[in-house]
Amino acid sequence: MTDITMTAAGWPRMRRKLSDGLFQHPVLFLLLLLAPPLIWLGIIYLGSLFALLAQSFFYIDEFSGVVVREFSLRTFAELFTPANMDIVLRTVVMAATVTVAAAVIAFPLAYYMSHYTGPGMKAVFYLAVMLPLWSSYLVRVYAWKLILAHEGIISWFFARLGLSGLLDGILAIPIIGGASLSVSYIGMFLVFLYIWLPFMILPIQAAIERIPRSLLDASADLGGHPGQTFRKIVLPLAFPGVVAGSIFTFSLTLGDYIIPGIIGSSRLVIGQAVYVHQGTAGNIPLAAAFSVVPIAIMAIYLTIARRLGAFDAL
Amino acid sequence: MRTVLPLGDELHRGAWRALALSTAVALDGVSQQFGSVVAVDDVSLTVESGEFFSLLGPSGSGKTTCLRMIAGFDLPTTGRIVIGGEDVTSVPPYRRTVNTVFQDYALFPHMSVAENVAYPLMVRGSDKRTRVQRTNEMLELVQLSGLENRRPGALSGGQRQRVALARALINAPPVLLLDEPLGALDLKLRQQMQIELKALQRQLGITFIYVTHDQEEALSMSDRLAVFREGRIEQVGSPQSVYDTPKTAFVAGFVGSANILTREQAEALGLSPVTTALRPEKIHLHINGDGSQKGLVHCQGRLVGRQFLGINTRFEVEISQGLVLDVIRQNTLDQILPEPEQQVTLSWRVEDVRMLEPV
Repeated sequence: MTDITMTAAGWPRMRRKLSDGLFQHPVLFLLLLLAPPLIWLGIIYLGSLFALLAQSFFYIDEFSGVVVREFSLRTFAELFTPANMDIVLRTVVMAATVTVAAAVIAFPLAYYMSHYTGPGMKAVFYLAVMLPLWSSYLVRVYAWKLILAHEGIISWFFARLGLSGLLDGILAIPIIGGASLSVSYIGMFLVFLYIWLPFMILPIQAAIERIPRSLLDASADLGGHPGQTFRKIVLPLAFPGVVAGSIFTFSLTLGDYIIPGIIGSSRLVIGQAVYVHQGTAGNIPLAAAFSVVPIAIMAIYLTIARRLGAFDAL
Repeated sequence: MRTVLPLGDELHRGAWRALALSTAVALDGVSQQFGSVVAVDDVSLTVESGEFFSLLGPSGSGKTTCLRMIAGFDLPTTGRIVIGGEDVTSVPPYRRTVNTVFQDYALFPHMSVAENVAYPLMVRGSDKRTRVQRTNEMLELVQLSGLENRRPGALSGGQRQRVALARALINAPPVLLLDEPLGALDLKLRQQMQIELKALQRQLGITFIYVTHDQEEALSMSDRLAVFREGRIEQVGSPQSVYDTPKTAFVAGFVGSANILTREQAEALGLSPVTTALRPEKIHLHINGDGSQKGLVHCQGRLVGRQFLGINTRFEVEISQGLVLDVIRQNTLDQILPEPEQQVTLSWRVEDVRMLEPV
């Protein structure tokens, strides 16, 4: 490289020397390849996350409203006030409900896609699952606002069936009901379910597809009824896929603040709390503390999943 | 597997014997169509109780589909399947009294060896003590005691095969189906397992239906075999009868090797004008055209190829324009190998010439 008076024929030789050198030092080669993504991940991605989390150990001076940059746990203590716990609980229950419902709907669909469709039909299913992801998230949420509205198609449909009373009865249920579906937790649940469902279907489908057909034959051959084959073979082997999908749906629901803003009541979820505290309220420590909550919940969730043996079949 | 039978085996032998009707499995005019593809075309066969029966054929000949229909994984388009005297044509696999050893073993990767072997008892709801006892017996039978807690992923190919065997046998089925069970093993292990499987079958006295594309395997292990071709059975019989009296050119060529002569070629050699098969090892090769013995057919030829195969040598002898015969000769100490281009004399017994059905 230092040879400035290199001839034209020197170039190929240089390159060969370089490639030989990299071949002989595979660790150096690996470092060269990994340096850019590691710098990106380490400094920009994780760095910003840690900078935010560090804020949660500061606190806000109640009189002046200025952030005090000293280590303290009082911001975390503030999380445990009834009003804030209410927000956390509401969000976690919503995320858990959405996750369970998504898994229940996604599993049969993924199973069908994996074991009963030919290549052509499988492509159609993939397209149908992915297609909604190609359009704007906001457009889809607003479309649902129209669907769920008092004048929307669901109300109209119930009215045509003469079941308006049933819909009103459902909306009259305390807490999850409301003036119309578009301002109720039922509506918020439906929209979350719709938006995150593809993230549940695809990992489960990938997991089921990896189960060799012969295992199902073997189970039946050895006397396992279809229900037993499902419980003892399919479910345990597909469980890592369900866990992967639920990590998506659970964490995406935990962190979302747009759907609860458009559909649902004025009561906040974690995402909105973060948004409000770091924006209008200027309480960045509390916003940071709130954003630690989903991380902590996910850590607990994954620990439980591992205890249940979710990753044993990996 | 040639060890003494473990405890409790008398009981199962009794159960197997009780089921020993003369016919274990019968296919009656069975066909299987996938769309426009006919995988199995009007196959009828009867497997006797206690028999080692092989379905032999090249890939795509319908032998595995036949096995899958006996197991119940695929339903026949037409025809009847009878197991142990009972019509099971539309009975699901989990209610059939046959068990299968799969080509890829199909061991459950999330279960230990013991859990895999105990699976048939577990789905049947046997109590834990019986499960543990029977599992230990089966693992002892296939010489895998001590590996109960391993996962299938931590076993060698041969060990996995034994686990699959133990799992398929724990329910004491009257009929065991084996789908190319030795295909994934290397040659030495395969030969060893052939001997062990055959010994196990004799020891347990149950019916084995064995799918293979390896004619040597089928010949050495079977009591009877069926040769499959394009979804149909070409010939059924004992290994010796199929080898010695092949009915068609396909059987003659697939089971062992054969010189197939067209009717014109046969006629030119002074044989009956029909398609004819002549096994290479039944032809004698002489360097000196010595005395013409009685009952032997003689002809002259030119050596055009020679392959040394260790135990024997394969010669290619051109006896007329375009007609080359394969000859196989044992390598004994006192024989001189003829050189290529040398003139040689071939002779064979008239009764070793097989007349085949016209194609």
